[in-house]
Amino acid sequence: MTVDPLVIAGKKIESRLIMGTGGAPGMEVLERALVASGTELTTVAMRRVDPAARGSVLELLNRLGIQVLPNTAGCYTAGEALLTARMAREALGTDWVKLEVIADERTLLPDPVELLDAAERMVDDGFTVLPYTNDDPVLARRLEQVGCAAVMPLGSPIGSGLGIRNPHNIELIVESAGVPVILDAGIGTASDAALAMELGCDAVLLATAVTRAQEPELMAAAMRAAVSAGRLAYRAGRIPKRRYAQASSPVERSS
Amino acid sequence: MRVTVNGEARELPDDATVASVVAQITSAARGVAVALNDEVVSRADWARTAVREADRVEILTAVQGG
Repeated sequence: MTVDPLVIAGKKIESRLIMGTGGAPGMEVLERALVASGTELTTVAMRRVDPAARGSVLELLNRLGIQVLPNTAGCYTAGEALLTARMAREALGTDWVKLEVIADERTLLPDPVELLDAAERMVDDGFTVLPYTNDDPVLARRLEQVGCAAVMPLGSPIGSGLGIRNPHNIELIVESAGVPVILDAGIGTASDAALAMELGCDAVLLATAVTRAQEPELMAAAMRAAVSAGRLAYRAGRIPKRRYAQASSPVERSS
Repeated sequence: MRVTVNGEARELPDDATVASVVAQITSAARGVAVALNDEVVSRADWARTAVREADRVEILTAVQGG
């Protein structure tokens, strides 16, 4: 049984696990983790060129045939995010962008006012915008209304590994969204990723849970299996929860 | 003339262009973008875009993140 493909902005993506590259201890570890994850879409950040830097994440993604998704990490205003996205488009030749506009360094939570402004300006500028957003159903709806190609609510703060703190809000977002919903941030282990998919999310985006695991390659394989399992379970339709037992064996005595 | 390149002050010849500034920082043939005073300069225009006194040049590339 295979998992049905994800479609974002008309593009078919076979893997519903989107990876980030942040936090990996080295390129070789990252490569093994990316391969084990089966991902086809992976984020990178835009930073000032370091003349001393060795090994390029771009070369790695090219070699593995993984589509690059630049982010606007580190931006605090819509203006900064728009310039970063434009530079990413120039450098990488893609108009896809993971839009991040954060409010402060301590929580790394999205700044909703700047985020919505940035999203609107980027859509107008021709970008395919995938915004990292709060788990706020109203904000998710507004982001979709201004033309975002997906919405990416957090499960909990970036890198926290706290899982999905408000599953009810994620369900509300899924119920009303007309674009893919991608659970982004907060995943700690495989059960968190499976839960996201069981709640109806279309994909999961994670980095730290894999790159900072004790065995990144093994955790990448676990996440891949969890996302697949969660998707299949969502499509299968779970049984309703009951307060009391319901016998699964025939209730009449056999003799 | 004095120009700020990736946040650091640099002394450059008066005929400096975006292309000559980039060449001082990196030899990467792709994956690099430049903003001159917060406006993106496409690679095709680097050689013919002059850099002037007090300009700010940002040269970015993709790194691990997100």
